[in-house]
Amino acid sequence: MIAYLLKRLGLVIPIALAVSVVCFALVYLAPGDPLSAVVPSDASKEMVEELKKEYGFDKPIPVQYAVWLGRTLQGNLGQSIATGRPVATEIGSAIGNTLILAFAASLVGFTLGAVLGTIAGYFSGSWIDKAVSAIAVAGVSVPHYWLGMVLVIVFSVILGWLPAMGAGPGGSGEWTWDAEHLKHLVLPAFALSVIPTSIVTRTLRALVADTLSKEFVIALVAKGLGQGAIFMHVVKNVAPTALAVMGVQLGYLMGGSILIETVFSWPGTGFLLNTAIFQRDVPLLQGTILVLAMFFVGLNLIVDLVQTALDPRIRRT
Amino acid sequence: MRLHRLLCSLAFAGASLTVHAQGTLRVGMTAADIPIVTGQPDQGGEGQRFLAYTAYDALVHWDFSSADKPSTLVPGLAASWKVDDKDRTKWTFTIRKGVKYHDGSEFKAQAAVWNFDKLLKSDAPQYDSKQAAQGRSRIPAIKTYRAIDDYTLEIVTNEPDAFLPYQLTWIPMSSPANWEKVGKSWEAYAKSVSGTGPWKLVSWTPRERAELVPNKAYWDPKRVPKLDRMILLPLPEPSTRVAALRSGQVDWIEAPPGDAVPGLKAAGFQIITNVYPHNWVWHLSRAEGSPFNDVRVRKAANLAIDREGLNKLLGGLSIPAKGFMPPGHEWFGKPEALRYDPAAARKLMAEAGYTKEKPLAFKAIVPSSGSGMMQPLPMNELVQQNLNEVGFKVELEAMEWNTIINAWRAGAKAPGSRGAAAMNYSYFIQDPFTAFTRHLQSDLIAPKGTNWGYYNDKAMDDLLLKAKTTFEPKEQTRVLQQIHEKFVNDALFLAITHDVNPRALSPKVQGFVQAQNWFQDFSPVYMTK
Repeated sequence: MIAYLLKRLGLVIPIALAVSVVCFALVYLAPGDPLSAVVPSDASKEMVEELKKEYGFDKPIPVQYAVWLGRTLQGNLGQSIATGRPVATEIGSAIGNTLILAFAASLVGFTLGAVLGTIAGYFSGSWIDKAVSAIAVAGVSVPHYWLGMVLVIVFSVILGWLPAMGAGPGGSGEWTWDAEHLKHLVLPAFALSVIPTSIVTRTLRALVADTLSKEFVIALVAKGLGQGAIFMHVVKNVAPTALAVMGVQLGYLMGGSILIETVFSWPGTGFLLNTAIFQRDVPLLQGTILVLAMFFVGLNLIVDLVQTALDPRIRRT
Repeated sequence: MRLHRLLCSLAFAGASLTVHAQGTLRVGMTAADIPIVTGQPDQGGEGQRFLAYTAYDALVHWDFSSADKPSTLVPGLAASWKVDDKDRTKWTFTIRKGVKYHDGSEFKAQAAVWNFDKLLKSDAPQYDSKQAAQGRSRIPAIKTYRAIDDYTLEIVTNEPDAFLPYQLTWIPMSSPANWEKVGKSWEAYAKSVSGTGPWKLVSWTPRERAELVPNKAYWDPKRVPKLDRMILLPLPEPSTRVAALRSGQVDWIEAPPGDAVPGLKAAGFQIITNVYPHNWVWHLSRAEGSPFNDVRVRKAANLAIDREGLNKLLGGLSIPAKGFMPPGHEWFGKPEALRYDPAAARKLMAEAGYTKEKPLAFKAIVPSSGSGMMQPLPMNELVQQNLNEVGFKVELEAMEWNTIINAWRAGAKAPGSRGAAAMNYSYFIQDPFTAFTRHLQSDLIAPKGTNWGYYNDKAMDDLLLKAKTTFEPKEQTRVLQQIHEKFVNDALFLAITHDVNPRALSPKVQGFVQAQNWFQDFSPVYMTK
């Protein structure tokens, strides 16, 4: 097990490097340059060039990358160009907010998805299955930022039940798990949960239906086992794959909430990334993407380990 | 209908449950982050509006007290100023006595020197590259500066430059004493902000909120804020801003999108607009080979635009251009006012050798979005259609906003401008330099400056120099009017429209006077129950 863990951890380094190279390159492929978005628009080209020199953006891109990499390896993610604040502090404050949102969304999404998917799998081919599948298809097809806006119009503007934006009346700095703050969490978490709900539903439906048609289940029925016991067998067989899908979805929720966070002005990493992209804030963009990628890799690793623990066949292969 | 009314009343009932204490104003800004709080803000006009003229003061201020006339300059931290009669590069500023920073220290001439060093002297301990990036380009006239005594500041300009007071409105004065107290660090200063302004910044969280309370000891009693508290919230997404206003989470939003305005009005919100020094133009190239070197073609283009039709497209939220400056501006003068006359345009085009059958083809680069750009794509399509009707054949090339800014800085001949003969841009035209000089002066052709179109005219250069060296305000205004008259009569740009700076306010917000300015004063604002 430890050898397996070390082997997997060893793979994290090349992945991190690849991610950093790709995102560094992407920033430079995008139009505009890091300083033009930061200086006032009526600054002349001469002045922009002067400032570029001051910030080190006049050096060739590979040199800039090497400088960035050297600093990052020493644990220093640098400072945001736009605000001058340390990137690590910026990410630190945002990631907590994203975790709250991602876990709330996954709690809703995975629970709903597991229940709906299992029911649809059990009643495969019936009208229940068709209804659940229709909901799941609609869920993955509807753009979640659009759904977010609709939810805001209905529940905030028309009904006035829930707040339209923000992470609490006093901002995320004063976040506590009370009713007032949870109210702020409901709409973004629900909007964000729609896609994982649908994906988990579809996956579980297919897995459960498939498992139920396996010969060992027929054997169990023939043995006279009760429905409850058979269900436990189904769960054991479905769990490793379902967990893998949920792990990937949680990863997407961490990095993929950029639109929802923007629509709801939720001060997480998505909102941070959005700001960094618009300001061409390279160090902030680099740092955030790297940290999110590491989260993704870490989550996958945890899922792999849990899967292996649940299903020893995986380790043997 | 009954259901609709029921829902509306439920919405108001819901909103009233979340009403804050009287006297707290919550503002939804368009910026995605709280602007720099240490003095020289970023985030363009909005940063200056919400974090410069609130927490800080500049030596020279804008007069925000009237909505009926363009704002003029008034004394700020400098109680008065004069230029030396013999040496027109030497200015003396008399510093206002008894002005205290929020940390209790006094603002003196030495503090002004310290602040200029913060932006211009890269080896000064307080030099801050972030603030310098924002502030340095605002004060190109300054050569040297020194404190003659505690209350007398001398500034020497590179050449005689009557526009210096306008430039100084851009420079908020941070507190040297506070910077020392927090350990000579701007990062620490940001956590304990001190200016001399009518508002004190008491707390702020990046990308989330900033809270300001009144400075009851402000030196100008007329500008002591009436509110108990003002909270600034960055809400970059327009639909989020509107939803936040309608659900009662904020009381004031900047720049509501045009299509939300009728609904907001119907729901009882106040839509405040006013003319202000902004314009939305096609900047024409005068580089060799540009078709716009022919004045008939430039005039034809200006006659071809249905500006009233464009105003309808924008839901009435614009002021059709009559010249380059908005109508009624003190520098407008008496040019031949722009009008819509496609027949006259076709005649001029025919004289220049172009017809609908044999059109003049050219490319225009336009931004897909951007600060102050209003709704660029549909607006530019309308302009294209209008021009094509009189003998042009316009190819529009939409570009990302930052790419457009880079092309604009690099000049019409640069590869980034992609051979375009026109560029759509929106301009801040609040002072003589930003309104005229930067576009028209021949020695500001890129990369030295931002005369994108390579416009070069001796008579205009002479007029610009005259304006810059005319120190008597009334005479200077007359010269600026002459510049504008020449600008419009020679059809230097394709002038199209002006934005009206819309903001939407809850009916509870009272007392706000929307000045004809990019910046505003929040001191007279108060909340009713």
